[in-house]
Amino acid sequence: MARKISMRQAINEALDQEMARDPNVIVMGEDIVGGAGGEGEEDAWGGVLGVTKGLHAKHKGKLLDTPLSESAYIGAAIGAAACGMRPVAELMFLDFMGVCFDQIFNQAAKFKYMFGGKAETPVVIRAMVGAGFRAAAQHSQMLTPLFVHIPGLKVVCPSNAYDAKGLLIQSIRDNDPVIFCEHKNLYGLETEVPAESYAIPFGEANVVREGKHATIVTYGMMVNRSMEAAAALAKQGVECEVIDLRTLSPIDWDTVIDSAEKTGHVICVDEANPRCSIAADVSAMVSQECFKALKGSIQMVTPPHTPVPFSPVLEDLYIPSADSIAKAVKKSLAH
Amino acid sequence: MTAPNSTAGIFPLDKKGLLKAYRTMRTIREFEERLHADFAKGDIPGFVHLYAGEEAAGTGIMMHLEDKDRIASTHRGHGHCIAKGVDPNGMMAEIYGKVTGSCRGKGGSMHIADLSKGMMGANGILGAGAPLVCGAALAAKYRGDGAVAICFVGDGASNQGTFLESLNLAAVWNLPAIFVVENNGYAESTSRDYAVAVDSYVDRAAGFGLPGVTVDGLDFFAVYEAAGEIIKRAREGGGPALLECKMIRMYGHFEGDQQTYRAKGELEDIRANKDCIKMFSQRVTEAGVISRGELDAIDREVVAEIQQAVASAKAAPLPTAADLTTDVYVSY
Amino acid sequence: MTDTRIVPIVMPKWGLSMKEGKVTGWLLEDGSKINPGDAILEVETDKIAGAVEAHEAGVLRRRVGQPDTVYPVKTLLGVIADPSVPDSEIDAFVSSYVAPAAEEDEEDQGQKYEFADTAAGSLRYAKRGTGAETVVLIHGFGGDLDNWLFNIDALAEKATVYALDLPGHGQSVKKLEKSGLAAMVAALNAFMDKLSIGKAHLVGHSMGGAIALQMAADHPDKVKSLTLICSAGLGGEIGSYVDDYVAAQGRKDLKPVLEQLFADKSLVSRQLVDDVLKYKRLDGVEGILKSLSASLFAGRKQQDAPAAKLAGKLPPTLIIWGKEDLIIPASHASLLPGARVHVIEGAGHMVFMEKASDVNNLIKAHIAG
Repeated sequence: MARKISMRQAINEALDQEMARDPNVIVMGEDIVGGAGGEGEEDAWGGVLGVTKGLHAKHKGKLLDTPLSESAYIGAAIGAAACGMRPVAELMFLDFMGVCFDQIFNQAAKFKYMFGGKAETPVVIRAMVGAGFRAAAQHSQMLTPLFVHIPGLKVVCPSNAYDAKGLLIQSIRDNDPVIFCEHKNLYGLETEVPAESYAIPFGEANVVREGKHATIVTYGMMVNRSMEAAAALAKQGVECEVIDLRTLSPIDWDTVIDSAEKTGHVICVDEANPRCSIAADVSAMVSQECFKALKGSIQMVTPPHTPVPFSPVLEDLYIPSADSIAKAVKKSLAH
Repeated sequence: MTAPNSTAGIFPLDKKGLLKAYRTMRTIREFEERLHADFAKGDIPGFVHLYAGEEAAGTGIMMHLEDKDRIASTHRGHGHCIAKGVDPNGMMAEIYGKVTGSCRGKGGSMHIADLSKGMMGANGILGAGAPLVCGAALAAKYRGDGAVAICFVGDGASNQGTFLESLNLAAVWNLPAIFVVENNGYAESTSRDYAVAVDSYVDRAAGFGLPGVTVDGLDFFAVYEAAGEIIKRAREGGGPALLECKMIRMYGHFEGDQQTYRAKGELEDIRANKDCIKMFSQRVTEAGVISRGELDAIDREVVAEIQQAVASAKAAPLPTAADLTTDVYVSY
Repeated sequence: MTDTRIVPIVMPKWGLSMKEGKVTGWLLEDGSKINPGDAILEVETDKIAGAVEAHEAGVLRRRVGQPDTVYPVKTLLGVIADPSVPDSEIDAFVSSYVAPAAEEDEEDQGQKYEFADTAAGSLRYAKRGTGAETVVLIHGFGGDLDNWLFNIDALAEKATVYALDLPGHGQSVKKLEKSGLAAMVAALNAFMDKLSIGKAHLVGHSMGGAIALQMAADHPDKVKSLTLICSAGLGGEIGSYVDDYVAAQGRKDLKPVLEQLFADKSLVSRQLVDDVLKYKRLDGVEGILKSLSASLFAGRKQQDAPAAKLAGKLPPTLIIWGKEDLIIPASHASLLPGARVHVIEGAGHMVFMEKASDVNNLIKAHIAG
């Protein structure tokens, strides 16, 4: 498994292999091919950050550029899914969900339950999330908690290329609607990825570092920040266990609870704003299930409860740092 | 006495087709009137929006469809369901909140669906069916199976962004999608003339680059012929179209609506002069194609069927606590 | 550095991806007398834990590596020297020691793995050494060529060594042209043909042993000798391992399954479990493993008895077993008349990992005839 590729390439490869495997898999979104109807280059963009570049030539007719009309095409993906297709719709930035949220939370999420189990909606909605790209308040928010709150949706947020490929393939094969969150600052990160297809089951957290003193529960880009913090703490003799949740709904409570009971110190690191966040959710569950095992108060490390600022100096302050994570670990250990 | 079977030169359907249309319309009417009566008695939970008075439109369109064709309905969806072939027994049980209902008691009146019949769901969100229908039409086009997909909206939902975006998307992708505006003059209590800025839906369609047709939705034959042409065109790759059916709502927006917004005498006039089923009966009996006796016989059968559906629904078991967390992925 | 009286003990490189290792503890005190093959200290990587063994005799003069500390590969961890060497020379050796520069990654990997396009599909393999004798290492059910990480370089000192991924395993093709043992033997034969390996010493572990036996029966001209490690194909019994391995879906199910393989359960690291899970999740693998287990080990009984076909024409055969093997009982070691047998204490089914030095020495001697 020696080959290293970026998360961008891993996502491209997952789409490529799934379109080749199943004729019902189609991909749609704004500028995912690019240049439609113009006189210039075909496949001009391959997505705003080039994730779908090159797929158009290999899968003619399966990649559909859409009008800038999120309600219509996200809804169309959902409608096609209810008719047996397996569409992957790209919402570009998850912040754009505001203009099409009804189709996601009132339609896709509820069909199966509302129709008594007689409808499947195997749609995947891919979107970029997260701060650090100098993209300001309307293109940077980590909105995972909003989707986790909705029953019927599955929510995925990979932290590396290997997970991105396997989780996207699972998302496409899954029969429920999946919100697939891609951190834009991780697109260039390379990890070892098999060339073959593989699926990572949902609801299985990854213990990315084992440790006995404290448990850091996180996902997405914060996994990388937490690993930096854990490495720094290890030099001071503090061994952190770092849990990458990978899928936020379903969530792997067992792994979180086992680790919390082992270490007695839990630090929840989340790039979402603090109120009703993943960090808050995990904190509540740990305090309910592991109260007797806890040796320090549960810590939440999140941005402040503000929109994402533009100015680089402010944005860097906004995003939780390795240092702030390490401080939170020490605070819990000091109890 | 049985009337002659030939309808050639008089009607666009043969006698069998006419009888089927009549049975469908009468089933919808009986279903809705029975709900109206039972709702008033307090037998039925929740919101109920009745399709009574609008039967000719839904039936005239659905007579052209097969199971592979998809429709997305509205909050006022019982008529669309019945016309698309959904079992009224399951529907009635669903409305009563029983586990034997179409949706196992989890959807209710506003969410009845049967995908095996191409019925993608009544919908509590106005205009939400339009994007879904674009998707169904996209699937049909991608597979080349000749199916069409039809979205129903009222005049109220015709102002939703989802509906307008979908008109554009369907035109851009040249989808076999048809958008039916069931214009019954009221969005809840607000009149169409107040809330829709253009006079003609034909103009609105033109603004999105697709053909539009307006028909008298009370006239089954007008709807049948206009819909037939649009559906045939879409099946053959001709692309989307908009069909406006001007029609009448016999009851309020929902059951319990006192309808004080209506003009004096409006409802009485509807009952007396604008009942689409009466108009249909008159046409076919006067033409001598179907006898009053044949229609009466259908009436008796339909009343018995709905009677039976209500009795079964009332006797059916309720969902249990175990049903609360099935049919959805539960992660918590 | 050229002083042959002073021998460095360095952080070993076990397998392709190892870049550093953690010293978990010293097994010997300063001043201990050392013989070749003695375990000196324990090292843990993210994939596997193991002991660093002595290649030369001498006295452990200096322990440089500190417990619970991570060192890059080839870092000086200790010094072995004759008692006659003065301490001052040892000090000078330690202070002037420069670890050889690490090879460039790409270059390194380029020579580590290759792919052969055979009649049985694409098969991944590793090739080491240039000796006159040729050795082919055949892994077991669900394994891959990396299982041999403690053996391949040692054996390559004296021979040309190939280790392959069988079809459905590692990074080889995830498709079987035939079923069961026949598919595996056909693939091995196609592999040897493709690489023009005329006659080889076959070393097979577990299912790989059954493949080697069947190969010897079907193609005696291609088999110079057999080394059968905890081998299938000799007797009937087999533990629940194969079924458990196929059934395991997540890390928690898989870890206890993999622990069956070792006498020392602590050798099963998180990374080892993750690597097996990553393999098991590749498209096609589950189907192949199910079909292989149904064909070879249905009802927890070994279905093939290739050894029986070699009565009277057995090539020189060495049998090695870990005494605490939970998968195939060590009693099977004595079921093949004419073979030389070594049962090693304190090791399980993965005896060639747990007691690598002993196993390597036995195989080298066997090949040398």
